[in-house]
Amino acid sequence: MAKVLMKGNEAIGAAAIKAGCKHFFGYPITPQNEVPEYMSKELPKVGGVFVQAESEVAAINMVYGAAGSGVRVMTSSSSPGIALKQEGISYIAGAELPAVIVNIVRGGPGLGSIQPAQSDYNQSTRGGGDGDYKLLVYAPANVQEMVDLLQEAFDKADYYRNPVMVVGDGMIGQMMEPVEFKERPHVDLPAKDWAAVGTKGLRKPNVINSLFLQPEDLEEHNIRLTAKYQKMKDNEQRYEAYNMENAEIICVAYGTTARIVKNAIETLKEEGINVGLIRPITLWPFPEKAFEVLPETAKAFISVEMSMGQMIDDVKIVSNGRLPVDFYGRSGGMIPTPEGIIGKIREMIGGAK
Amino acid sequence: MAVVFQKTKGLTDKETHYCPGCTHGIIHRLVAEVLEELDILGETIGVAPVGCSVLAYDYFNCDMQEAAHGRAPAVATGIKRSLPDKIVFTYQGDGDLASIGAGEIVHVAHRAEKITTIFVNNAIYGMTGGQMAPTTLIGQKATTAPLGRDSSTTGFPLKISEMLATIQGAVFVERVTVHNPAAIRKAKKAIKRAFEVQIAGQGFGIVEVLSTCPTNWGMTPIKALGWLEDNMIPYYPLGNLRTPEEAK
Repeated sequence: MAKVLMKGNEAIGAAAIKAGCKHFFGYPITPQNEVPEYMSKELPKVGGVFVQAESEVAAINMVYGAAGSGVRVMTSSSSPGIALKQEGISYIAGAELPAVIVNIVRGGPGLGSIQPAQSDYNQSTRGGGDGDYKLLVYAPANVQEMVDLLQEAFDKADYYRNPVMVVGDGMIGQMMEPVEFKERPHVDLPAKDWAAVGTKGLRKPNVINSLFLQPEDLEEHNIRLTAKYQKMKDNEQRYEAYNMENAEIICVAYGTTARIVKNAIETLKEEGINVGLIRPITLWPFPEKAFEVLPETAKAFISVEMSMGQMIDDVKIVSNGRLPVDFYGRSGGMIPTPEGIIGKIREMIGGAK
Repeated sequence: MAVVFQKTKGLTDKETHYCPGCTHGIIHRLVAEVLEELDILGETIGVAPVGCSVLAYDYFNCDMQEAAHGRAPAVATGIKRSLPDKIVFTYQGDGDLASIGAGEIVHVAHRAEKITTIFVNNAIYGMTGGQMAPTTLIGQKATTAPLGRDSSTTGFPLKISEMLATIQGAVFVERVTVHNPAAIRKAKKAIKRAFEVQIAGQGFGIVEVLSTCPTNWGMTPIKALGWLEDNMIPYYPLGNLRTPEEAK
């Protein structure tokens, strides 16, 4: 299929419909408004359902209801709106329902700003809701990758019966890039025989629920969920390794920031400074496998983020004391520049000598 | 031998956890009998709330989904919009519906969602041990209103049905009670009518059922029934507030 030029947020809507999502429940918030707007226009054309909820809280609970009915369902929002959805996300995870949640991240805390940011790393990977649960979290770096991962997110959600989050900073939502909707391989997925769709008098009632009043039952439930999360850790880690050969400094960056880091790497290469990049494509599970074997030349990590430093904790965990971990970040809607990153790396190299 | 009475198929055999004298059991039975009589048990998905009736999903003999506190109408919206040919109801108490879920119940009516809500109003938070609800009467004691509800600091009891009856999409609104057999028969009629309105695709329907909480009111079951009649009905008048015919 030919490439088309699309705004990130609209591409999200198009990709979801392409993946068979016919149910969308959302609430307006900048900078993701083009997603619900697109869905309100396009879903009725394919026999789908768009509902503008009265709040993010209601929207995620509509998602929970629809997911319990066994349909492919999505919501999108931006940081403070995602904060409101956290309770519902915890219920969806607890009840083991598939759903896709898109976060087009803006600056925080509080009302923050409407400019791009990556300050929801902790909110995405640690969960703002209650209890021991995990989401599969994708962080695309361009509109094409957004389109590909978003479609896959629905399959993964169905496969694991778990909510999947796709995180893009505000830039990915707002920029236009050429995208191609590729033919996707067929994935065998289990039947949704657990869905609450009416018994028709043919079976015992299905109950969608996350309440386990007996401590033994809830612990057993948590052990089972943890085994599922371990399976995700084993099978779903995704990353890109870039210019790692003979790298002295290894940058760790995701999303738009990783693209800026690549520019910095190319400039430094001309100066004979070798800098590598590990770009997590899954934020959870964090791609530990990328850190297993490091070039002998590596002297330090640097986590580069559009935040005051959140992913750095995971870099420290996987480094596990092998190498020092430094940080460079901009926040509040300020975008890191290649010059800023280069300056920081020069400082590190100077210090490392 | 002729069968003169048998338990409705709308309820499971699970023993309920409700306190002695609590009228939740009666209201469950009425809903279940209506689902059976309308022959829609196999086509129905119920949404349970948080509160005393949190375990309603164990008692109704149909597919069920458990909602977060107050969110049942939003969950029901997600279900009904995914399964427009099915029957969807929420069963909610007054803490759930009138307090934390006040927004969701207003907007499910605002959107004219074709669902049915059974609203059990016993003027108190039961499950958490008798705290004040928005529906607690002036002067009524609660664990968070130990001297009785005082309007100067807590305002006045919320009349949910009257409020919802002002919304165009709420096409069936009726307040009933279950404190005596005649009232129970009327309550069942209203519940049946509310489900029929949904089956006909006419809009949102709600039946508010005045209910007792002997445990947290600190009364015997019989005294509680009397207290409901003497105190709740004067403030929460019974009757139909809206039918689809009027809503047009």
